[in-house]
Amino acid sequence: MTHHHQFDAVIVGAGGAGLMAALQAARLTNVAVISKMYPTRSHTGTAQGGIAAPLGNMEEDHWEWYMYDTVKGGDYLVDQDAAEILARESVEAIYELEHMGLPFDRTEEGRIEQRRFGGHTRDYGKGPVMRSCKSADRTGHMILQTLYQNCIKHNVRFFDEFFVADVLVHDGVARGVVAVEIATGELHLFHAKAVLLASGGFGRMFAVTSNAHSLTGEPVAALYRRGLPLEDMEFFQFHPTGIYKMGILLSEAARGEGGVLLNGRGERFLENYVPTLMDLAPRDMLSRFIYQEVAAGRGVDGKDYVYLDIRPETINRYGSAPGGRTVTAAELEEKLPDIIEMMRVYMGVEPMREPVPIQPTAHYAMGGIPTDNDGRVLAGPAHTVSGLYAAGECACVSVHGANRLGTNSLVDLVVFGRRGGKALGEFCRRADYAPLPPQAEAEAQGALAELRASRGRERVGTLRSELQRVMMDKVGVFRKAAGMREALSTVRALKERYTQIGLDDRGGTFNTDLLEAFELGALLDLAEVTAASALQRTESRGAQYRDDFPERDDTHWLKHTLAYCSEGASVRPTRGEVRFEAKPVVVTRFEPKPRTY
Amino acid sequence: MAKVTLKIKRYDPEREPASWWSEHALEAEPSERVLDLLNRVKWEQDGTLSFRRSCGHGICGSDSMRIDGANRLACKTLVSELGSAITIEPLLGMRVQKDLIVDLEPFFAAYRTVKPYFISNAPPPPDGRERLQTPAQRLRFDDTTKCILCACCTASCPSFWASSEYIGPASIVQAHRFIFDSRDEGAGERLQVAGETMGVWRCHTAFNCTLACPRGINITQAIGEVKRALATGRVE
Repeated sequence: MTHHHQFDAVIVGAGGAGLMAALQAARLTNVAVISKMYPTRSHTGTAQGGIAAPLGNMEEDHWEWYMYDTVKGGDYLVDQDAAEILARESVEAIYELEHMGLPFDRTEEGRIEQRRFGGHTRDYGKGPVMRSCKSADRTGHMILQTLYQNCIKHNVRFFDEFFVADVLVHDGVARGVVAVEIATGELHLFHAKAVLLASGGFGRMFAVTSNAHSLTGEPVAALYRRGLPLEDMEFFQFHPTGIYKMGILLSEAARGEGGVLLNGRGERFLENYVPTLMDLAPRDMLSRFIYQEVAAGRGVDGKDYVYLDIRPETINRYGSAPGGRTVTAAELEEKLPDIIEMMRVYMGVEPMREPVPIQPTAHYAMGGIPTDNDGRVLAGPAHTVSGLYAAGECACVSVHGANRLGTNSLVDLVVFGRRGGKALGEFCRRADYAPLPPQAEAEAQGALAELRASRGRERVGTLRSELQRVMMDKVGVFRKAAGMREALSTVRALKERYTQIGLDDRGGTFNTDLLEAFELGALLDLAEVTAASALQRTESRGAQYRDDFPERDDTHWLKHTLAYCSEGASVRPTRGEVRFEAKPVVVTRFEPKPRTY
Repeated sequence: MAKVTLKIKRYDPEREPASWWSEHALEAEPSERVLDLLNRVKWEQDGTLSFRRSCGHGICGSDSMRIDGANRLACKTLVSELGSAITIEPLLGMRVQKDLIVDLEPFFAAYRTVKPYFISNAPPPPDGRERLQTPAQRLRFDDTTKCILCACCTASCPSFWASSEYIGPASIVQAHRFIFDSRDEGAGERLQVAGETMGVWRCHTAFNCTLACPRGINITQAIGEVKRALATGRVE
């Protein structure tokens, strides 16, 4: 049986963007939040280092400097009108979080304390600036908790542990979503005036990733399957400091506090690449430089990793702490408690006495569902879908361009979650319910029933690990045409094998076998779009580095990619090719220049 | 690589009314997480095995379970800490829904009773900027801000096992986080809830919660501070 619900606004996802949007929209209209997990499990909670805003609590800072850093960090593919909004509104967003009770770290004067972070500079690139507001190295945890607490305070309605199987968009109008209650396997049809997607990233398409198991992008794939475009999917950020082999993130805050990267010879190799910002250069560059060291035989013991060194004696020897001051082990333990514990637990390393093996880890999708500056989803370069919104990592505003700056994911989700939530609420006040098509849930129901009954010989786990391996090897930090073609044909072969899948669990209660199979279908589609988008962009920019096209090419490629499925609208994985269209980049204040640090 | 045997307590109401045990032999690296082993069982041997998991590194709080008799996060427990036979069960004192998945609705309902959100009637500063708080005031409640609501503490508490109406250590930790925040004005309302029959006085300082907490929160101490505030009428 199908359960029917009607809410003016339905929000999919309960991380930072979804909860921020829910708080805004709930002031204006009635809202339901659907989340695959309990909201406090969302991946926003794992963000460590901080959230930027030019408050100027520590030293002089200006929104124009921050906007510049965001644009340059994104290798000029950032839409500058959006970056200006991000930089300006970050300030009031931070204060709003503080007023909601968020426990930021404090200065002696009682103000919000700030620290340095990668790519954030004073005076248009002259040197690092203290701009990142934080709660030790658990800033995301505090943001997630604070937003969820406020949702409880304001009686926001949650549907926890429901996954979305289909987003109902017909004739350019959003009408609701079809979701599965994981505890029972029963179908729920949500009829809404408007839907906001805030489902986060999909980094689980890569073998080494900082992303949670749950980050598989079903709502993003659902829109693509329904014929809507995805923007700039070729730009996937690899964070330079993941724990070796495991991919668990060690925040840039470690380097903000003075930590340095060392190659196998114990050299501070970034002196040769980015002499001004060194360890605080943007992530795309550092990930490349690490692999260049490895390729030159200067990894540790000739292997594919280097060291992150946060020993006080190392930091003091290089004078790499903020202002060149001397640091002690006790201070580092206080500022970086969680990541130091992770180094101890997962690596068995004592970071106050030895350096920590690290390698780049797949971290963040710059691309995703194209939106305007109020979260309205675009159906093409110039027109929007009525009643459909997106915010946070699943969206592409684009405020991150070709490479996101550290802290800007959190800024994005509070600033654009807030704007999207307001726009959603206002839309619901003036709009009526568009009718649901007859048997709106039938297609999703059929696809899920088929999957649940499947008895083929292919296993979800096998297909997923083959996908993750080929994406890591061929569509990772370094890319070239032949490898990406190979990846694309592998992904398409995996999609074919996916039709021969077999499940063990045929039940209704917490059928996580079914859920993982459904998630794999989404990952396959999104990986295909990622690889195809990367292949068609014949240049290197930000997180996309191509050995066969090593230069940025503003003449031909200063534009966004929109990727569409060439045929059919379905709830199932796509079968058509990927078709492309271009969307112009908005340039207002900063003309593209070579990117040096 | 070493040989390990996972012994997992299973339950599926659609298959049979009673629980049973499944056993799985695996080769495991000492650096692997128990979560890695559970995933391998699910992906390679038995897709029906059900458990919650998400971040995989001890922050999201999804994969709390009983591992060799202690409540822990599967993603924060390494094979090297355990013997070659590992026993895994769902959390105690909570209704099992399937395999290692327990019903968390009552847990979150108890959490909501302590008003786990910032309460202040004073308007923010007129300049629109942050409320001021000294580092010492901020430090006063730092420990309890770390809570990830994994339920390891509550499900380890003998008082909670005896009466599931007890709001439990996790809820008191959340109350503490606000009661001792210098900016918050809701201490009175929260202390009233904490002082009721099913509140803090159910705690008999068994310390199980403190031992179970994967975030290293001194829960027993936090509960003691809430008791003291109730007894003295002062929050300090």
